[in-house]
Amino acid sequence: MEKKDTQWPLWEIFIQANPGIPHKHVGSLHAPDAELAIQNARDVYTRRNEGISIWVVEAKNIRASSPEDIGSFFEPANDKVYRHPTFYKVPDGVKYL
Amino acid sequence: MVKDEKKLLAEFQAKIDKGVKIEPKDWMPEHYRKQLIRMMSQHAHSEIVGMLPEGNWITRAPSLRRKAILLAKVQDEAGHGMYLYSAAETLGIDRTEMLEQLHTGKAKYSSIFNYPTLTWADIGAIGWLVDGAAIMNQTALAKGSYGPYSRAMVRICKEESFHNRQGYEIMCSLAFGTPEQKAMAQDALNRWWWPAIMMLGPSDDNSPNSAELMSWKVKMESNDSIRQRFIDRTVPQGDHIGLTFPDPLLKFNKETGHYEHGPINWEEFFNVVKGNGPCNKARLKARVDADKDGKWVREAAEAYAMKHTEKETLAA
Amino acid sequence: MEIHKALFEYCLRLADSSLILGQRLGEWCGHGPILEEDIALTNISLDFVGHATALLQYAAKVEGKGRTEDDLAYHRSEREFKNVLLVEQPNGDYAKTIARQFLFDTFQYYYYQALQESKDETLAALAQKSFKEITYHLRHSSQWVLRLGDGTAESHERIQNAINDLWMFTGDLFDMDEVDALLIKEGIAADPGQVKQKWNDHVAELFKKATLQMPAPTYMQRGSREGKHTEHLGYLLAEMQYLPRTFPDAKW
Repeated sequence: MEKKDTQWPLWEIFIQANPGIPHKHVGSLHAPDAELAIQNARDVYTRRNEGISIWVVEAKNIRASSPEDIGSFFEPANDKVYRHPTFYKVPDGVKYL
Repeated sequence: MVKDEKKLLAEFQAKIDKGVKIEPKDWMPEHYRKQLIRMMSQHAHSEIVGMLPEGNWITRAPSLRRKAILLAKVQDEAGHGMYLYSAAETLGIDRTEMLEQLHTGKAKYSSIFNYPTLTWADIGAIGWLVDGAAIMNQTALAKGSYGPYSRAMVRICKEESFHNRQGYEIMCSLAFGTPEQKAMAQDALNRWWWPAIMMLGPSDDNSPNSAELMSWKVKMESNDSIRQRFIDRTVPQGDHIGLTFPDPLLKFNKETGHYEHGPINWEEFFNVVKGNGPCNKARLKARVDADKDGKWVREAAEAYAMKHTEKETLAA
Repeated sequence: MEIHKALFEYCLRLADSSLILGQRLGEWCGHGPILEEDIALTNISLDFVGHATALLQYAAKVEGKGRTEDDLAYHRSEREFKNVLLVEQPNGDYAKTIARQFLFDTFQYYYYQALQESKDETLAALAQKSFKEITYHLRHSSQWVLRLGDGTAESHERIQNAINDLWMFTGDLFDMDEVDALLIKEGIAADPGQVKQKWNDHVAELFKKATLQMPAPTYMQRGSREGKHTEHLGYLLAEMQYLPRTFPDAKW
């Protein structure tokens, strides 16, 4: 039996542009394993000095919340204004708060 | 059920009208998904088939600087093809399937790449005219409603800006060069002008889907309007370097502020799309051969990955 | 032999090997086995064209006759090219390209490592810059030798055959003549003799990991230092040089 021809598994690529900032998703590519995924990411996504560090994750290993959950997941945070410092009144002239 | 669909559709449309991007897991009408897959894969195919006419000249580029620029440009096109395939994959089709559609002739790619690159000036003409026309289209698509497509387009537009310039720069050095070089530049313009105008697609007056695709922000602007902008911007560039456009009816209309052009040969366009262009067979064969010859390589890498744990691979 | 003549010749040798290999890799553009690899090969090709340009600029300066890097690349004939024989060999299938690349990358890695210590500041600086790229090239080709060697039966056979076919061109990498001797004495050139053992060890080690056989010692082809090439170079140059030679007065 002949094996089905593939273009290799899909990997999601995250690039850190500068020290001290988080890795950011930039796109995806195909690779047979992690080492080649990193090499390919270097060639595909950092050709114009876009990065100093690369993370690769095989796409099938990423789990995502679903759009239907937007209401129950994220809307309850809307009215919790007391989590934000601007919610609190501070008398005029008081500093370092 | 029907009512539900109506409600979803209304919400979907409202989102688009507000300028909120549609993301892969969001609900979307089947027709929207299908149209996007068709457009994005066509677009991706155009990038990788488009590598061929220019790739032709990498080994013959007339200076080391030009060689490096052309390599970098054609490489960008491979990258753009990749971004677009990946973006299309978020809609639930994999790259193998899209490539199969290309290789069997089921999927189309831009008609322009079925014309031959006969001289070095063609490399200039492609960058100046073909990339120039493509950028008009792409900047519009970057504002489209589908998140992954729009993000890929933003990245592509950023990278494309040098392509257009390097093409015009080649045309400049030829136009101001020796008489032979100038003749070469003029000849390239003669051959590429009409195909470049055509590649923006037929007039969309009688396309039944157009209204819906526009309201969904899949299509952003009519072909004719993009074409007009392309002509308006490009003609002065050609005039500036003393080249003549191969259209005796081309003239500037002071009242409208636009250029008017002669009739477009749509018969040629539809024939090239159908497979009767000078290079359709050669282009497709090159892609099919690359895929076929690469099969054992892809299999070897997969077999290796199966045999070795990732830890070992990274340590090697 | 005067030092500056030897230095000119030496720069040409380094430059030509990079240029010809860059040219060969450029042939792959648009035809790679998968899109990602197409991009990788083009990147490597670009690096080589870049090295060659810098080295030819320096060669032109050393020569001092007002020639440019393009004059040297486009207006020298077959016998004036001094690239090693290995890099002019045709691409063949992907296994042949990878085998050629790995054998050369390994050589260039150790050779440029040594060249970074050159007393000629320009060469040392160029070597330092190139060495980072070469390190990546070697990583890329090594990973592929492993995958093809230890992949499927077909890939194993293909890469083993490719290595066997190319082996006779590896001796040429380490040849020496009076140019090398003089510049080594002056502390300018790297000594290929000192690189040979490292090259051999690294190649043997990787082949072992990749389940590949080191070819048996064989009769080696030589001659690149005198510009004696295989037949392939002439075709490559005809293609590469035809435009500037057809229009010698033109600027591009």
